[in-house]
Formats: sequence, structure tokens, C-alpha cells
Amino acid sequence: MTIPAPKSARTFFLRPQDMIGIALLALLLLVVLPLALDNFRLQFVGKYLTYAFVALGLVLCWGYAGILSLGQGVFFGLGGYCMAMYLKLEASSPENTKIQSTPGIPDFMDWNQITSLPWFWEPFRSFGFTTLAVIVVPAIFAFIVGFAMFKRRVGGVYFAIITQALAAILTILIIGQQGYTGGINGITDLRSLHGWDIRTDSAKTILYFICVGLLLACILLAYFVKSSKLGRILVAMRDKEDRVRFSGYDVSSFKIFVFCLAASLSAIGGAMFTLQVGFMSPSFVGIVPSIEMVIYTAVGGRLSILGAIYGTLLVNWAKTSFSESFPELWLFGLGGLFIAVVLIFPNGIAGLWQSYVAPRLGPLFGGAPTRRAAPPSASPPASGPIAPAAAE
Amino acid sequence: MFSEYSLTELSSIFLMQGFAGLILFSVFLLMALGLAIIFGQMGVINMAHGEFMILGAYVTYFTSQFFLNFIPGLFGIYFFIAMILAFFVTGALGMAVEWLMIRRLYKRPLDTLLATWGLSLILQQLYRTVFGPREVGVELPSWMMGSLPVTEVVEVQINGLFVMGLTIAITVAVAVLMYKSSWGKQVRAVVQNRVMAGAVGINTEKVDRYTFGLGCGIAGVAGSAFTMIGSTGPTSGQLYIVDTFLVVVFGGAQSLLGTIASAFTISQAQSTMEFFLSGSMAKVLTLLGVVIILMLRPQGLFVIKVRR
Amino acid sequence: MSSENDNPSKLSSTRRKLLMGMAALPAVPMLASSGLFSSPAYAQTPATSAVNTTGLAVTDTEVTVGILHSVTGTMAISETGSVQAEKLAIEQINAMGGVLGRKIKYIQEDGASDWPTFAEKAKKLLVNDKVAAVMGCWTSASRKAVLPVFEQYNGMLYYPTFYEGLEQSKNVIYTGQEATQQILAGLDWVNKTKSAKSFYLIGSDYIWPRTSMKIARKHIEAHLGGKVSGEEYFPLGHTQFNSVINKIKLTKPDVIYAAVVGGSNVAFYKQLKAAGIDLNKQTLLTISVTEDEIDGIGGENFAGAYSCMKYFQSLDNPNNKDFVAAFKKMWGEKTVIGDVTQAAYLGPWLWKLTVEKAGSFDVDKIAEASAGIEFPKAPEGYVKIHPNHHLWSKTRVGQAQLDGQFKVVFETPELIEPDPFPKGYQ
Repeated sequence: MTIPAPKSARTFFLRPQDMIGIALLALLLLVVLPLALDNFRLQFVGKYLTYAFVALGLVLCWGYAGILSLGQGVFFGLGGYCMAMYLKLEASSPENTKIQSTPGIPDFMDWNQITSLPWFWEPFRSFGFTTLAVIVVPAIFAFIVGFAMFKRRVGGVYFAIITQALAAILTILIIGQQGYTGGINGITDLRSLHGWDIRTDSAKTILYFICVGLLLACILLAYFVKSSKLGRILVAMRDKEDRVRFSGYDVSSFKIFVFCLAASLSAIGGAMFTLQVGFMSPSFVGIVPSIEMVIYTAVGGRLSILGAIYGTLLVNWAKTSFSESFPELWLFGLGGLFIAVVLIFPNGIAGLWQSYVAPRLGPLFGGAPTRRAAPPSASPPASGPIAPAAAE
Repeated sequence: MFSEYSLTELSSIFLMQGFAGLILFSVFLLMALGLAIIFGQMGVINMAHGEFMILGAYVTYFTSQFFLNFIPGLFGIYFFIAMILAFFVTGALGMAVEWLMIRRLYKRPLDTLLATWGLSLILQQLYRTVFGPREVGVELPSWMMGSLPVTEVVEVQINGLFVMGLTIAITVAVAVLMYKSSWGKQVRAVVQNRVMAGAVGINTEKVDRYTFGLGCGIAGVAGSAFTMIGSTGPTSGQLYIVDTFLVVVFGGAQSLLGTIASAFTISQAQSTMEFFLSGSMAKVLTLLGVVIILMLRPQGLFVIKVRR
Repeated sequence: MSSENDNPSKLSSTRRKLLMGMAALPAVPMLASSGLFSSPAYAQTPATSAVNTTGLAVTDTEVTVGILHSVTGTMAISETGSVQAEKLAIEQINAMGGVLGRKIKYIQEDGASDWPTFAEKAKKLLVNDKVAAVMGCWTSASRKAVLPVFEQYNGMLYYPTFYEGLEQSKNVIYTGQEATQQILAGLDWVNKTKSAKSFYLIGSDYIWPRTSMKIARKHIEAHLGGKVSGEEYFPLGHTQFNSVINKIKLTKPDVIYAAVVGGSNVAFYKQLKAAGIDLNKQTLLTISVTEDEIDGIGGENFAGAYSCMKYFQSLDNPNNKDFVAAFKKMWGEKTVIGDVTQAAYLGPWLWKLTVEKAGSFDVDKIAEASAGIEFPKAPEGYVKIHPNHHLWSKTRVGQAQLDGQFKVVFETPELIEPDPFPKGYQ
């Protein structure tokens, strides 16, 4: 499967239909939903969109590079915790915490007999550092993991299981080191950002628009990566890794890069999550949320950047409304969705759209060329060899 | 930490600690065997492995209830019948799952991971709906509980011995099946070269289905045995996921010996560290150690050459 | 799940009438004894505008409350009992005329064992449904997640679980014990009757066990002159305890003091039994096993151990007999009632009494009127709300029997004062 690279793409990275797609998404998120939903529901959408960052990262790393990570929750959590640490420090001003035996440190530290702020909390007093940390810390972590694994050509199922183990380790660590992390309760009761109360409805609405703005920016970034030479190498690698390697490319570096990028995207989502929901806890780091995030991508279409966003919104919307009316049935629905998306429509919503809707819509848009002459093959190529390539 | 104890006390504790490590080894091996067979044979990671185990545990629970209510005289031996039933029930479910789902996905190993995860969610909710959300207590025959005193301090857990014996029996049975029987020869042929195996007349589909069924059946027996040491509830299967997968991946995919070695290494490391450190830290260190070794030696401890 | 009043749907209407009549019986003497209802407020329904000045969901005939627990997910096992108890209490209150002449209608939401979901559903209950009070939450994590919501939108939460303390809010009534209420008297008892000097502390690795063990350690070392011979925490869901059991055997403590939860609980006691530790000889005191947990552990694996709670199903008093009978009538003969279930049952009753004392559903007035509310008909016996919004309650020690019930072997003569921020124990 090749992505056609029309000549025009060399001057601008968006094709016309991509621009229409992004514009429609922006219209939906910025105009339609805010008008159609009350504040309460809109905040739900805001929360879902934070997961969309993760899904976006997964499109790049799983869909395009064939690296399935079952530990994206780790990066989501790292980003979220970085932001939560900053907000918690702001909420723990000496005036707010004067009943504690050590005022000025977060309440959970005080309960755990910690009498001064640990060194690694100290830099999180600065908003600039926090913003940087949200993006860089997960990327560094991803680099370490990715460097060790991809340089040794670990891939496929092995990589998935190892990332899963990492998610488990981080969860146990966060829960166990409660004096430094808030333990299983997480970091709660976050109040303000630079003195701006983030708990009010108006603040949440503003945060929603910030979240949408960031997401749109990240989508553009993803399109840029996809249409760049890098993106095409990634696709080539996924389809025939050895051929790319024999052509003289350093395959592992590309993989490491895209894994780090996905990690940073997830972390931005995590930070926005903390801001909108008002707390962060280890239950977003573990194995279960990590796998759920993969399913958002799969439902949307692992090869489609916009599809992943719609997939995230759809699954979460289904989850909320299903669990409100039939809590018993929800797990059946979610489980069935996993199976259906794998067996019946492996390219997700985007695949269905491209096979059935887009060809018919094509003429309507002034004969814009349909994206692909033929619908994408029903079964995407095996995502990497089963065993590490070293076994060959 | 040991200065205040006498030498005999220490030696007997170390003896018991060694025994605890062996029990843990048996438990890990039993957990991982079914998964290892499936993973080794087809490259499928069965994320619903824990749920298959819990199905075995529920079968045991219902068998025990049946014996208690109808033939209490034979309660002492119900466990063996329960294990056999567990094997066949979970094995049958496994074969059904293979036929409905897995066989369509052999070319996409990562997708089986997602599909079986979906299956595990469905099974969990099914258990919750059918058997209720609470954990059930499985009553054991009295001879299986307690321990045999060897010396004054050293005691040997009967259920530990039982699990060990069971693990040895199953491992030997699997080894014989895989390396001595003609069916095993077919399985290995399919692993090494599926197309060629098909060309020489092996029904690869049938081999796959029975292998998957066998793996799930062993998971069922493991779940049945674990009612002695663990809980039985809709979500109990999740407790075993990470350990099981790490044992299998650490051992290297296609080798029974690898799985055994890996279960041994991980269990000894964990058991020793749990003794000298606190529980949580021991777990983190074990997992980290495994992950780091896997990064250095990604193909696992043992691996056979495979042509693809 | 926004289904309104779908409670015991399996009951036929005649059975339900019977049930209501029966349920009302035990409550009648209370009216006379407590004297809270002799005010004219009960004789004639006060105008809605007078009792509800903040726009809560109160009509002339109905008042809406919320029930917020996990019906799905890993916590569903634990929270089911609380939901059942709250529904029973509401039904009983309705059968005797409701609150300020208004029937209680409830909206049940599922927290799905997921903390943000709890926060969202709490917000929905408070903002969209305008419920007058919420009975709910189980884990500390879920309570921590909803607490800012309740404070922001000024709601009232009745929280049933025994917990680690270190919290106090105008918007929460804690109907379970905070840590010192559960720990100190039990340790004193075991120290006195078993002359226990050395303790081995073992718990699951999260906030409640760690905080509890910290309090226990301080008490043992500073007040009992004992020593802690080991302290261990295991990740939630850990299933292998043989190593720590060996350590316990090596150190031979007088008492194993345990706060292991969930699936780990079952594994711990089964393996303890298998390792030949006879709980009739080795004293084991736990703060995490109620009748509910014994169901999964199996009575034969736990018999002989001591549990330190404020309530046991086997408590021998008329209140409890009526409560147990009503509970079993509503939810089936086989259900067991643990400590938290009873504490959840107190929630609606305490709220009703507070509303009637305040003569209003307004949250501010209820928060203010809560201090000093007495409930003599509580199954655990007389309880009273402390100004810090926790309950005065007794500490009891029960010894587990083979049938999964406890035999109460000790109870504090007086109610213990709740002290969520214990001086000298932090």
C-alpha cells in the first residue's frame, strides 16, 4: 500500500480533502458542539478530547510505524502528573495549608511525615518548566525505552507486552510511593492555574477551547509528519522493514522518533486532562486504560488521523450513554467492539468512510480525487514480525 | 536482621523459603504453560488467558457445590473430577473461540491481542452477570488443607505439594505430547514452516484448533488448582495477566524449556527479594529486572531458529 | 443508570407492601423515644418554598436523593452491599411517611470503579438532578475525586466506608469509622487479653493500610510498650504470600495485624492456612475483613481470627435483629451484612433526622444541624454525629466462626470520639 504523493504535496503538506476534513472537525468541535451541548456535556467532550491526543499518537506509531504500544497510559500519566504537580504546588500555598505541621507542601506529603518538598517537586513551581516537562519528560522516557528496544529490533508482540509491563510497574510505583505521588488517591483538589480558578464553568469552557486548539495543532503536526518523507519511510518500514533497512535507512531511529512523538502527544493529552478534570490518579496509567486508548484508535481507523479523533469521541460517548442506561451491558458492548473492529472493519470508521461514503461524495466536491482508487485492503499488513527480527 | 536467630532456625527458614520459591515456580509455570503453547505455536497472545483460568475456577466451584449437595461422601476426591471438567470446559470454549475468531487473524498477531482483550471483557461481564459480582469461596476437601510438619519449624504445605505435582505432571504430559507423539511432530512442523507443513498433508487448521484448545484447557486446570491459593471472582483473572505474559515472553516464544527456565528465574528472584525487601519493592524490582533483561536480550532466554 | 426507584424489582407489589409495613414497625418506637418528630413539622407538610430555598429537587410530595456507587468494574463486589442498604433505608423511611412529609425518590448512578466517572456523576447529580443529598462512594480515591465537586456545588455526601481519616469537610458526613476509632481500642484489647507485645503489620500497598499501620505502629510503640517486628505492603491484587508467611514464622510475632484487601485478601488467608498457621493459636487481628469478605475467603480459612469493626451481623440487640431481618427479606436469605453495609444504612436515616431537625432541605442548614444528631435505632446501637461530621461509635472485636459469622468478644463500654486528625499519631 502506498500513499500517493501528488506533486502539490511537495509545496504544501495538506491535500484539499484533508483541509476539508480538518475544517469540518474544527467546525464540529469549535462551533457545533459548544452550541448544541450544555456546559456539563461539553466538559465531557473536553475530557474525551484529551484521550484523542493519545489516539493521534497511536495512529502515527501504530498505524504508520507498526509499533503497538500497550503502555501509552504511562505517557498520558507522566504528562498529567507533571501538570498536577504544578497545580498542586499552587494549591498548597502556605496560607491554604496552614493547619498542616509543615505548611506549604502538598497535603498528602504532610500526612506521610514528609517535612520538606522533595527535590524533584521543586522545579514544578515554575509554569514554564512544567510546560516543558509535560512534553520533554515523556519523550525522554520514551527515548530510553525505544532506544533499548528498537536498536535491538524488538518489535510486535514483544514490544506490546513490555510496554504493558512498564505500565504495571509505574502504577505500582506511584501507588507505593504515596508520600511523593499521592498514592492511589492521586493528586486531587487542584484549584487554580496562575491564580485563575480552573474549577468554574467558564474556566472549563475556556479550557475546552484551549484543548480543541491544541488538538487541531497536533493534528496539523501529524499531517505534516505523515506527508513528509519521514512519514513515507514509516509506512514503508511497516510494510517491509528489511527492505527499508537494506536501502540504507536507520530503521530504529525512525521508530524511536515516532515513539517519542507519540509519547509527547499523549502527555499533552494527560496535561489537558488534569486541567479539565481537576485531578490525576494512577488509574489512568495502568494496563486497562492503556489498552482502552488503543481501541479508540482502532475504532476510528488506525490509518486515519481524523478517524482516530472521531473514534475516541464515539467510543467515549457510547461508554457514557451506555453506562448511564445499561451499566451491565457496557462491558459486553466494549468487548464486542474490540472484536468487531478487528474482525469486521479493521480500518475502523475511516475505512468504512473511505469504502462506502467517500466514493459517493467525491463528485459533490467538484470531482476532488477520491483518496484511494481502491478501498484499502481489508486486512492491513501484519504489523511487524511476530518475533523480533533478530530471530531470523 | 538475622543476628537474633539460632542457626537451626535460620536453616529451616531457608529451607522453607526455598520451598516457597518452588511453589511460586510451579504456580508461574502452571499459569504460563497454556499461554506459552498458544504463543509458541501460533504467535497469538491470548489476553483472555486469565479469564479462561477463572472459568476453570468456577467449574471447580460448581463441582464442589454439586458434590456437597448430592454426593457428600465423595467430596474428598471431587477436586480431581473438577480439574478434568475444567480442562474440557475451558478447552471446548477455547476451540470455539479459535474457530469463531482467532483463525481469521493468524496473519495479524497484534490484532489477536486486541480481539482477545475484547473477549476477556465479555467473559468478565458474563461471569458477573451469571455468577454474581461477589467472589465465591471454594471449599476444599480437608486432606488438601494444612501442612505436613517435617521438623518443628519446617512445614510443607500440602496444597503447595499438590500444585507442584500437578505442574510436573502437566509439564511432562505436554513435553511428551509435543516431542514424542506424532501430533506433537505435526505441531512443531507447523511452527517451523506452516506452508510446507500444509503441503505435506498436515491439516494445519486442525492442528491450530487443537493447540489453542489444549492451551486453554491447561489454563482451566491451572485456574482450578489456583482456587486453593487465590480468589475466584469475575475480575480475579486480571491478577495473573502481567506475571503470566512476562514469564512467557521472558522465556522466548517457541520453547517449553525456555518457559520453564523463565518461570524458575522470575519466581526465585521474586521469592528471594520478597524475603529480604518489602513486598511492593520486590515486585517492582522483579518486573524491572525482567524488562531490562528483555531489552538486552529481546528474544528471551531460549529461542529456536525459525524460518519466516 | 438513571432508572428511578427500580429497587427490588423482583418483589411483587403485595410483597412490597408487606415489606414496607414490616419495615416500618421497628422504626415506630424510635419516633416516640427520640422525640424528634413531635414538632409540628411532622404533623403537617411544610411548604416547599420554606424548606427548600436553594432550588433542590424538592416538590410538595417528593424529595430526590442520589445513590452513587460502582455497579460495574472491580469495586462492584464491595459496593453492592452499600447500595442495598441505602435502598432499604430509603424504603423504610418512605414507609413511615418520608422526610418532612415528602417521599424520598432516588436516582442511582454508576461510578463504574472509575474515579473521574465518580466526579462526573456526582456533578450530574448535583447540577442536573439537584439532589438534596447523595449517599455514595466507597474507596478513598473515589471520595477524594468527588470531594471538590461537592464543595464547589455545595452538595451533601454520606460516605459509608471506614477510612484513613485526615479529612473533614462541611459537605461530607462520614458514617464509617476513621482510623483511630477502628485501631486503638482493638490494639488495647489484644494487648490486654493476649498480653501481646510484638506485632507483625501487613497490608495492601495504598493509603488506607499505610495510614492505619502508621497509627497502629505509633500506638504499639508509644502506648503499649510493644514492638513492631515487621511491616510489609503488597501491591493491590498480589496473590503470592508464601515468602512473607515464612518471615512471619521466623519472627514469631504475638499478633499478625493485617489490612490486606480485595483478591489479595483471599490469597493471603488461604495461604496462611495452608502454611499451617492455625488462627486459633496464632492471634491474627485484622481491620479489613467483614462478613462480606469471608464469603470469598471461605469460613474455614478464616475461623479463629479476630476482626476489629464497629458492627457485626451477629450483634445481639433488637435494632440489629430488625435490621438483619428486613435486609434479608429485601435482598434474600443468603446475603451477608458487613460493617460498611451497616454504615451505609445509617446514611439516609441520619440525613432524614438532620433534615427534620433543621426543618429544611438546604445543604447549609443540614451541614450546620448535623452536629449532635442522634440515631438510637442504629443497628450498631446508639450513634451520634460529632461536630467534625464523623460518628461517635463503639469499637468491637469479633472472632470469626466457621459459618462466616463473628462472635463478638469485646466492645468498648463507651462510644469512641472520632478524631480524623489524631495528635501524636501522624
